[in-house]
Amino acid sequence: MADPMKIRATMVGDKVEVKVLMAHEMETGQRKDSKGAVIPAWFIQNVTATANGKTVLSAEWGPAVAKNPFLSFRFSGAKAGDKVVISWTDNHGDKRTDEATIA
Amino acid sequence: MKMGRRRALGSAGGMAVMGLAMAAGLLRPSRARADWNKAAFEVKGNLAEEVKALGGAGATESKDISMSSPDIAENGAVVPFTVSSKLAKTESIALLVEKNPNMLAANFTIPEGTEPWVNTRIKMGQTSNVIALVKADGKYYYTSKEVKVTLGGCGG
Amino acid sequence: MKAVHGIAAAVAAGIALAAGLAPAEEKSPALQEIEKYRAALAEGNPGELWEARGEAIWKEKRGPRNVSLEACDLGLGPGVVKGAYTVLPRYFADTDKVEDLESRLVTCMVALQGFTPEQAKKDPFANPGQKVPMDALVAYIASESQGMPMHVSLAHPKERQAYEMGKEIFFYRGASHDFGCVTCHGASGKRIRLQDLPNLTDPADARRAYTTWPAYRVSQGEVRSMQWRLNDCFRQQRFPELEFVSPASIALSMYLAKSAEGGVMNAPALKR
Repeated sequence: MADPMKIRATMVGDKVEVKVLMAHEMETGQRKDSKGAVIPAWFIQNVTATANGKTVLSAEWGPAVAKNPFLSFRFSGAKAGDKVVISWTDNHGDKRTDEATIA
Repeated sequence: MKMGRRRALGSAGGMAVMGLAMAAGLLRPSRARADWNKAAFEVKGNLAEEVKALGGAGATESKDISMSSPDIAENGAVVPFTVSSKLAKTESIALLVEKNPNMLAANFTIPEGTEPWVNTRIKMGQTSNVIALVKADGKYYYTSKEVKVTLGGCGG
Repeated sequence: MKAVHGIAAAVAAGIALAAGLAPAEEKSPALQEIEKYRAALAEGNPGELWEARGEAIWKEKRGPRNVSLEACDLGLGPGVVKGAYTVLPRYFADTDKVEDLESRLVTCMVALQGFTPEQAKKDPFANPGQKVPMDALVAYIASESQGMPMHVSLAHPKERQAYEMGKEIFFYRGASHDFGCVTCHGASGKRIRLQDLPNLTDPADARRAYTTWPAYRVSQGEVRSMQWRLNDCFRQQRFPELEFVSPASIALSMYLAKSAEGGVMNAPALKR
């Protein structure tokens, strides 16, 4: 089970600003280990963010997204006290879902 | 047969397949199942091909897309970008690194109510043009800038 | 979540990271762009993920005795984590020696949790894709000293001795390239490729440099500690390996920590 994300969601005017830090190796599949064997690709493929049951962002990622990805975005339609839920799935079928309350 | 609500997925190609399958009665439309456009993530160094893999036909340069990043990255492993679009009906924002082994780094789908603005970090294998590709109202637009990748220290 | 300290830390990190040169020097356009790069990365530091993991490990019952580290004395009394990084290295009566953070964690893993010294010292520096307890613990404990000034003591004779030994090591040139720490860090205005080097004999530079370790090293994709930094410097100097938590490594840390007297901790920071 992957390590939890760090999610910050704050009100900026009437918009919600979300900043997420995800724990993931985001291995490209291009690197070789010390023995010369290719380190297999292992990366987040899909990210979804929802608030009050509505999808507020979705993304398809490749391994060129940086390791331990950071993502920030803004949306309207939610207020302080509501929850933002972020989920990801990777190419191994691993998943992670975390939520944060909008401050 | 219920067609379901048309969802703006990042991959128009995927949507087309889904549409055919639905029309043929092979698939019930399902909610919230994102697919991953493998072909789009395998295009190398060619913007036109990338747009094609995403289901579009050509992209126009646009001053209504702004890309903000440092001009020099101290390490290519983590390069921050902020992309925003002033184009009406922006549906998606993608980041492409021309000289990476595969061009497409990330493709963000922007639902209504979400600001067409993303800040994220991508890997760059070397100094390269980085392209912000935006789909707005069914058409593709782009802007680009060169980011130099350098190295510091003794290597470590 | 520590939202307020996060913002303050981000701003401080931006400033600390941006200040690579002595104030009087003019910055080249390249260096200005690099400072923009550092500032852009200052928030959303993946090191926070290590902090969270480290806090969990600190509180987790582990080892043959199935006990947590929460009774570990890091220098301010058993279980006191807040501020502990600012007083390390220091002399500990229970082991009758000067210890830095990592050696103290090894001591506690052995004494409290029942690990053997070999088990406690195993894999101190994570390999790609590997998760080890040590760097997470260091990240957590260092983060609990954020905003606090460094103030190590030299009152005890062994502390004084460690400082003097560390200073001697710092200036000692040897091995195939006749390098010493002093070669890269003994004068102002030096750089390696586009990395400007702190002059560790200058108090201002020493404070800036010391207080940003441990750090999430982007090029490593890992949080790296002072023990790692010193080990890697020795490697680059073509010196024999600086053994993990050896007296030499602690002495060098002592010298650097004292040189950074008054420097405000801002770790884990984010570096290239």
